[in-house]
Amino acid sequence: MNDRLRRGLYPLLMLLILPWAGAALSQAADDAAFTAALARLNTKDLKAITEAATNLGALGDPRALPVLDALGDRRLVVAEDSGRVLIRGPGDVLIDPVGGAPVAAADLAVRTLTINNAVRRALKLASAGLQLTSPDAGVRLGAARALAQDPQEDTEPALRAALAAETDTSIREALTLALAQIDLSSKEPARRLAAINHIGETGQLSFRPLLEPLVANNPDGSHREPDEATRKAALQAIAAIDNWQLVVGQAANLFYGLSLGSVLLLAALGLAITFGLMGVINMAHGEMLMLGAYATFVVQNLFRAYLPDLFDAYLLAAIPVAFLVSGAVGVVMERTIICHLYGRPLETLLATWGISLLLIQTVRLIFGAQNVEVANPGWLSGGVLITPGLVLTYNRIAAIVFAALVLAAVWLLLQRTALGLNVRAVTQNRPIASALGINTPGVDMWTFGLGCGVAGLGGVALSQLGNVGPELGQGYIVDSFMVVVLGGVGKLAGTAAGAMILGLINKFLEPTMGAVLGKIMVLIFIILFIQKRPQGIFALRGRGAEV
Amino acid sequence: MTAETRLLKLHSPRGWLAVIVLALVGLVVIPLLNLLTPPGSALHVPDYAIPLLGKYLCFALVALALDLIWGYTGILSLGHGVFFALGGYAMGMHLMRAIAGEGVYRSALPDFMVFLDWKELPWFWYGFDSFPFALFMALFVPGLLALVFGFFAFRSRIKGVYFSIITQAMTFALMLLFFRNDTGFGGNNGLTDFKRLLGFPLQEPATRLGLYLVTVVALLLCYLLCRYLVTSKLGRVLTAIRDAESRIMFCGYDTLYYKLFVWTLSAVLCGLAGALYVPQVGIINPSEMAPANSIEMAIWVAVGGRGTLTGALLGAGVVNGAKSWFTVAYPEFWLYFLGGLFILVTLYLPKGLIGIGARWRRRREA
Repeated sequence: MNDRLRRGLYPLLMLLILPWAGAALSQAADDAAFTAALARLNTKDLKAITEAATNLGALGDPRALPVLDALGDRRLVVAEDSGRVLIRGPGDVLIDPVGGAPVAAADLAVRTLTINNAVRRALKLASAGLQLTSPDAGVRLGAARALAQDPQEDTEPALRAALAAETDTSIREALTLALAQIDLSSKEPARRLAAINHIGETGQLSFRPLLEPLVANNPDGSHREPDEATRKAALQAIAAIDNWQLVVGQAANLFYGLSLGSVLLLAALGLAITFGLMGVINMAHGEMLMLGAYATFVVQNLFRAYLPDLFDAYLLAAIPVAFLVSGAVGVVMERTIICHLYGRPLETLLATWGISLLLIQTVRLIFGAQNVEVANPGWLSGGVLITPGLVLTYNRIAAIVFAALVLAAVWLLLQRTALGLNVRAVTQNRPIASALGINTPGVDMWTFGLGCGVAGLGGVALSQLGNVGPELGQGYIVDSFMVVVLGGVGKLAGTAAGAMILGLINKFLEPTMGAVLGKIMVLIFIILFIQKRPQGIFALRGRGAEV
Repeated sequence: MTAETRLLKLHSPRGWLAVIVLALVGLVVIPLLNLLTPPGSALHVPDYAIPLLGKYLCFALVALALDLIWGYTGILSLGHGVFFALGGYAMGMHLMRAIAGEGVYRSALPDFMVFLDWKELPWFWYGFDSFPFALFMALFVPGLLALVFGFFAFRSRIKGVYFSIITQAMTFALMLLFFRNDTGFGGNNGLTDFKRLLGFPLQEPATRLGLYLVTVVALLLCYLLCRYLVTSKLGRVLTAIRDAESRIMFCGYDTLYYKLFVWTLSAVLCGLAGALYVPQVGIINPSEMAPANSIEMAIWVAVGGRGTLTGALLGAGVVNGAKSWFTVAYPEFWLYFLGGLFILVTLYLPKGLIGIGARWRRRREA
């Protein structure tokens, strides 16, 4: 090894070693402080023990927790000879709280520390404080929940300190709840008012029961809460909570509406190509979604069987597979059946309905009539908690993003590629396109395949959101056509807008009138809308308008 | 031309002969074979076959109604299952009211309402104790729905596949509505456990034979009515709407009212079929409204041959006969058969079975 390299390596080595050394140093300091605090317990004066316990809690060392528990259970002993404080563990083993190692106990003379109620109070406080500052979020949440269930007046400073340091939303909620209860039962009107106002500001539904007794009446009609200002503040706070819940509810509706809209968009986008651009009415379109979902299922099983390490990536592999499977079925359908039926839309409708029956029955015979189970990969399970009552699940976020990406890809394909140019040419004027040398039957085939493939992509998204069964597609066919009709035939922007509008209307109507009446209202809305704008949201103008 | 000669001109003499022969078979021969021949005989029509035949005849009536609107006017409805089911529900409601107090719970209310803990009859159930009212509603409700729906749809010039899809959406929405318990029509169980109609017990073979005869007569009269319509001037306007709607509009016809009339009439005929169907099969539930059922109705007409009326009757019989056989013999292949039928008929038999006969006749003449 030459000198230069060695000179370069030393600082690097130092960099690596220093943190360890620092940690070791601070560990030693902690040990010293902890041992000193423990030593203070070696006394017979109960007052001194109370102070020592409080001091131990204030240290913030997680090792203090078992010591305090042991003291409360009368399992804390002092060795007669050395004065060391030890924990009597299960089976009478004596444990050294500093290192956590058992101590040879056979012939050790020990004295159990005695406690009284004053010590117990101090213990409870100290251990609550310790739990609230524990590095383990689960312990913190447990302690906060326990305090919210049974609030202790004295824990207030510890709660406030913990709340100031806490970042986790659900722990914060429990801490705030505990604090609010302590404040509300306080005797000072100002503190109660402040607590009420604070509760109102958080707007969380779980706090509402705390306020309700304040505005309730006794059976004889008198107010249960004598103080007028408190009642007023409580009323305002309840109104604030209700308002905030309304906002949260609407935000949730917006999110679910958008995610339903993107599912509808994925389902309808393929239809916008086959129906909107080519004018082929494909009643088997829903089955293309179903095939995409089953392709995802098969890819999932293959990964589970052969590549279990890469299981989380199966969804990415399923995307092209689903596209190709549905697209290939679409191409075969177009070549064998639909190409004979151009210009006869009603016949196409019936023939493709027949195809959908064949596909459903085939899938049923292969995979069984029951729903199959498609698991979310790890990175799609769970969600982001925005505020209590509003969780944005990852699979729905992914569906929205995916729909946007597919929409962009289809748009680029139609607007920026040679195939897209041909497609647009053939849909605008078939004879002229043909005269210019475009192979129109070939374009038809590829366009139809593309539309079906995009539906297959929709199937991938659906497999992550709901059940996958042979009749998956049947539920979407009506909605997809509604989207295309609402959006206007032949316009991708219209399809996107139509999907989002339908998704949002559905989700905003559902809470007030139920899913079914909501659907009927949507249908009536579409029929009335078509009265006003027969060509959809984005009307084609000029010659293209009358087909 | 007097009314009499107009009626005679509905068919050629040979056509009339065929109609009369078929009517006699339906009205006289089959009942006699059922009643007079011994059960073991080859010619015997068993008791269970009578309601089955009645069911096919109801479907034939639906096919007739659908042919009127699709075959002649060119409007493919995927919502006729709804009109059929609405007619059926109206009759079912009467049958439920007819056994008030005899249900499992011995309540004056239908059993499902007791089950839902309802205390009073909902307002829309009033009047169904009376048979004439129920029969009127069986025709009126589908007709009204068709009139309102058709008015808005035709007024905004929704045609072709758009209309088909909108009717399918209507079917879907109404099916969901009827599946709900709160709607007040028995939820997904529908209405069933009927006992008697106008005092006649429904389980009796004689009552079933009577219902069958009523169905034959209804079908015969409806067939003649449809034949009368399509051979009239109105029928020619309808055909013109099918073939060149813009042209007939430029000739000064307001196609809206023609379409609305035939669409509503078609729905009323479907309601009648539903009302005859329910007492014979003994149940009506929302699955009758499933979009798939309505599309299946279209294939009856397509298989028989569109725009012929007789083809619709033939198609309804053939497809439903095949269905009865397949669902017993090869249940898993019925959907393959049906799906294949949809594809083959649209690709190779645009004129249906009647078209084969006509082609064969032409070839023999040539």
